[in-house]
Amino acid sequence: MRVKIFKNEQVAGHAYKMTLAAPVIAKFAQPGQFVMVKCADGIQPLLRRPLGVHNVKGSEVEILYEIIGEGTKLLSQKKSGQALDIIGPLGTGFKFPKGSDPCGKNILIAGGMGVAPLLFLAKKINKSQVLVLIGAKTKQEILCKKEFKKLGCNVKVVTDDGSAGHKGFVTDLLQDRGHLFKGVPAMLYACGPKPMLKAVSEFSKRRKIPAQISLEEHMACGIGACLGCIVNTKSGQKRVCKEGPVFDAREIIWE
Amino acid sequence: MGIDLNVKIGKLKLKNPVMVASGTFGYAEEFKDFFDVKNLGAIVTKTITLNPRPGNPMPRTCETAAGMLNSIGLENPGLDVFIKENLPKLKDIGVPIVVSIASEKNPAEFIELASRLDKIDEVCALELNISCPNLKNKLISQDARATYSVVNAVRKMMDKTIITKLSPNVTDITEIAKVAQDAGSDAISLVNTFLGMAIDADTKKSKLANITGGLSGPAIKPIALRMVYEAASAVKIPVIGIGGIITALDAIEFIIAGAQAVQVGTANFINPRSAQDIIDGLTKYLKENKINRLEDLKGSLKI
Repeated sequence: MRVKIFKNEQVAGHAYKMTLAAPVIAKFAQPGQFVMVKCADGIQPLLRRPLGVHNVKGSEVEILYEIIGEGTKLLSQKKSGQALDIIGPLGTGFKFPKGSDPCGKNILIAGGMGVAPLLFLAKKINKSQVLVLIGAKTKQEILCKKEFKKLGCNVKVVTDDGSAGHKGFVTDLLQDRGHLFKGVPAMLYACGPKPMLKAVSEFSKRRKIPAQISLEEHMACGIGACLGCIVNTKSGQKRVCKEGPVFDAREIIWE
Repeated sequence: MGIDLNVKIGKLKLKNPVMVASGTFGYAEEFKDFFDVKNLGAIVTKTITLNPRPGNPMPRTCETAAGMLNSIGLENPGLDVFIKENLPKLKDIGVPIVVSIASEKNPAEFIELASRLDKIDEVCALELNISCPNLKNKLISQDARATYSVVNAVRKMMDKTIITKLSPNVTDITEIAKVAQDAGSDAISLVNTFLGMAIDADTKKSKLANITGGLSGPAIKPIALRMVYEAASAVKIPVIGIGGIITALDAIEFIIAGAQAVQVGTANFINPRSAQDIIDGLTKYLKENKINRLEDLKGSLKI
């Protein structure tokens, strides 16, 4: 479907946020789902790009992205008022406590652009305490800290170079916060680079704390037809675009 | 007056010439949210093999200039699961179902697949995929004798319509096209993908784990069109045109070149409604050009 671009702005050195007038997607989108975006009309680039739903405000949908190639570069050049061809919401998102569900502790773990789908999740989780651990290469690349705080989340940051917060990996914070997981049921939600997701999965297994991880994969179709984004799980091969992108960490068979 | 889009391929009667290509439409489930799939001329299933196949390792798709490479490697649940789980849902759509079949090592598997599928009423035709470029052995369709032997063996034990899908990775497409015809195929479909590759200059690795893959999309359309033209000029049986069809005009070019029907492939990945848009565009073109029967457009290339 064609939707109208409201805003397309640079929010950090490397990151852009696009706001779309997309009432249908806004109505049905669940945290962890994504949209397939055609970055240019015509046949170059040919395929759509999968981008996570970052936030929903009324009838508006936000996507957060960085320039990683030709498609996202073209996307960054789009102006407000222009139309965008997108399909969505697609995929299977996070399972999280809603309404009067018992909530326990919810820990959101974001690496780099992995914050994109987690802001929408933080917004949707019912009133429980949400702890957000954000990891990035440098201070400049920490995204959404303010937005998470606005939602009332407890936010901790980590950088590779120590320019903000703890120096090291976002998973280090998880180890340090072992006490958080005593007594109350907890759930980890993670999105970020593969090594981080693997580390979260190992932590989850070791400490017997359930984790849901959102995988990123190149996709041709995004709707389950091409079988180009397969992941090996304990219950066989799954499509990241259809059965995922969010999976139970215990299910994934890491290479 | 209504436009007559009917086409006949062997015993198969289609209400329009737009089919969806094997491996690009799953088993149709994924597309039901996007358009009414019963409007299609026919559905060609993802290729089925006798036993389940996990396919090739990841990464197995990669975008290229105006195209894409794939090395999926015929991932499929195998014949038994297909018959039990996928076929009943396909049957309910009410569109002719063409089952694509293949075998990696043993051509005798084609016979077993065909003999079992022949007994199932809902299966209207078989497409013999003797041209998948992502398997270890040499393609059957690169070898005239092997092509004859497989097609003829299936012909001898089956009355249903046989479509033989050909590879473009050959020197002379008319030779293989004629062999398929002589062996008793009711129609030929072409082209399957072109063998290609792409390399990441930073890592010096192929962008596909399988190293090579099949190229599809608009990038191959001019070559596919030329091969369809050559094949259609060389055989009497219907030719189904495939290769980079994105718009109705692309489909029309193939029909003018001599194709009786077309298959939409990669376009399904970009716009899941592509096939519907192509059916609508084709109808519009025929109306605007005052052509009442699709048959009158077929092979109308002016030379």
